[in-house]
Amino acid sequence: MEQKTMLDLRNIHKSFFIGTPNEFEVLHGVNFNVKEGEFVSIVGQSGSGKSTLMNIIGALDRPTDGEYTLDGVDIQKAKDHELSILRNKKIGFVFQTYNLIARTSALKNVELPMMYAGMSKGERADKARFLLEEVGMKDRMMHKPDELSGGQKQRVAIARAMANDPAIILADEPTGALDSATGRLIMDIFHKLHEEQGKTIVLITHSPELSQETERIITLKDGSIIGESAGNWQGLKAKEDA
Amino acid sequence: MLFTENILVALAGLKANIMRSLLTMLGIIIGIASVIAIMTVGNSITIMVNQTMQDLGANNLQMAVMQKSQEKESTDTGMNYGEGYVREMTDSDLISQEMLDDFTTEYKDNVQYIMLQETITGSWEPGKVSKGNKDAKVNLLGLNADALKFKKLDMIAGRQFIGHDYKEAKKTCIVSDKLVDRLYKGDYDSVIGKEIEVTANGTYYKYYVVGVYKYVQESLSFGVSDNPTTDLYIPYDTARIATHKQNKGIDYCNIVTTIDTNNDEFAAQVRDFFNVKYYARNDAYEVACVSMASMMDSMNSMISMIQLALTVIAAISLLVGGIGVMNIMIVSITERTKEIGTRKALGATNGSIRLQFITESVVICLIGGAIGMLAGVGLGTFAVKMMGYEAAVSVESIILAVGVSMAVGVFFGYYPANKAAKLNPIDALRYE
Repeated sequence: MEQKTMLDLRNIHKSFFIGTPNEFEVLHGVNFNVKEGEFVSIVGQSGSGKSTLMNIIGALDRPTDGEYTLDGVDIQKAKDHELSILRNKKIGFVFQTYNLIARTSALKNVELPMMYAGMSKGERADKARFLLEEVGMKDRMMHKPDELSGGQKQRVAIARAMANDPAIILADEPTGALDSATGRLIMDIFHKLHEEQGKTIVLITHSPELSQETERIITLKDGSIIGESAGNWQGLKAKEDA
Repeated sequence: MLFTENILVALAGLKANIMRSLLTMLGIIIGIASVIAIMTVGNSITIMVNQTMQDLGANNLQMAVMQKSQEKESTDTGMNYGEGYVREMTDSDLISQEMLDDFTTEYKDNVQYIMLQETITGSWEPGKVSKGNKDAKVNLLGLNADALKFKKLDMIAGRQFIGHDYKEAKKTCIVSDKLVDRLYKGDYDSVIGKEIEVTANGTYYKYYVVGVYKYVQESLSFGVSDNPTTDLYIPYDTARIATHKQNKGIDYCNIVTTIDTNNDEFAAQVRDFFNVKYYARNDAYEVACVSMASMMDSMNSMISMIQLALTVIAAISLLVGGIGVMNIMIVSITERTKEIGTRKALGATNGSIRLQFITESVVICLIGGAIGMLAGVGLGTFAVKMMGYEAAVSVESIILAVGVSMAVGVFFGYYPANKAAKLNPIDALRYE
């Protein structure tokens, strides 16, 4: 059976104007796609253009040139408010710095994307509770971000990313601010979402080690893809199990 | 959906920075409070003045001897407010009984009756009736039969004045129930026929009580107390004798006109009659006459002018308050740049970000407005009570408070909110 293509990037260019006439091209024709249910990592050193690429994948920015289709929608032609709706429905962001809204509870944070999607109060509270239970945050739903540890915050963020059943989960260095044990727990959650629920996950990282945990590794250097390889999650897992 | 959520977020934000929120609100509170207080005072005074004037009757003309104006026809009412001092008024400047008789004969179709009043003591320096260690404050007033009739007294005991009280200038008086309550334990019947002593302007007067009337709080009376200054009526001529004016003219009276009379036109006729016939050769004085209606109009327009001027001044403080709100909104948005970026990443549209911050600004202003309204109503009521009037809080002022504070919130919140809405999500997310 042909798998559905979730992300399709063709010849993506991105330039920034740093004062005319200087144009600075960060991405030089990037091509790749991600199929439904895949767990893909994009690896690159800082300055490789991976943040720029993430912004484009996350519909936070438009490419200067090229075609980007997200779950069948052409991003290039979308207007600002259409991009907002797209981010809301199709993308679940997980940030390195969690980016939870201070002063509101974990539950309210998870409800937020559903609120913007126009879901009813009762419905979104139920779903938020369910999602927080999934990531093991059942007991701390009413806590505010500053009452949670880093790992707990990231779990809330993952629950929030899943709120509107997005086409992809876009994780930007999700373990970057965590110690290795906690980072491990967070990665386990991603694996669980991938294996048990068949979520499509794009992990952006500078760490080749972390990228090994994914099914496919796309390596970015100086704004171009320099290689694609298979990850070694099965091997690592077998080792771990043994 | 988003609406209640926005209000909750706004309230949480206000709670998180309680000191800052309160200081910001203070500007709005002061602004709204001063506007409402001024409106309450103005409104109360207008109502009271109109009521008092209405009590005096719409078909009522006031006639008085006034200094001649330097420039002829300077005012349309003939009321001139002393432009330059000429000379002391003498007996020959007054309106004599003959003039009045002449006048009433000439205009018998227009004049219903003329009310004469001789005030021995007025509200500013009331007289006293004492008994034992208690005393009651009184205005000692001499009235002619028409003026007394016009008072429409509600008699509790005894009688009003009759023919010989006036003709023979009897030393009789009519007192209020309040006075009897205070000095005679409310025994209205026993007080009839008793002699009471009134001290007024350092002189003692003795009168026999012939009647007790039910006191009605005058709308324009000063001081709300359980010991109000009440009128003590004596016959007109009795009062004129007491003030040594029995054979002199008058400088003031009220003319009650017939129903068919056009009061403003008639007031002009009255002025012409006296000024042509009797005052043409008077070097310094003339007769002024004005209808209650036109006096009410000029009074009202004067009050509303003053009120408007004060409201404009108060509105400036509201403007300053609004600028304070704008300032704090800009600070708040800068602080929360990353939050705005996150919200945008999670799917908030520019519109919903804008709405969120406008809501926040409106919430600040509405809370401030509500507190300000209460403070203003309190302050205004207090001020009005201090002046001894009945406070009348206008519904308009409350609607105005809510409306204006919302408008201030939207107006001064729009710019910062729009700034927030237009933030680039990538820059906002990266903001530290």
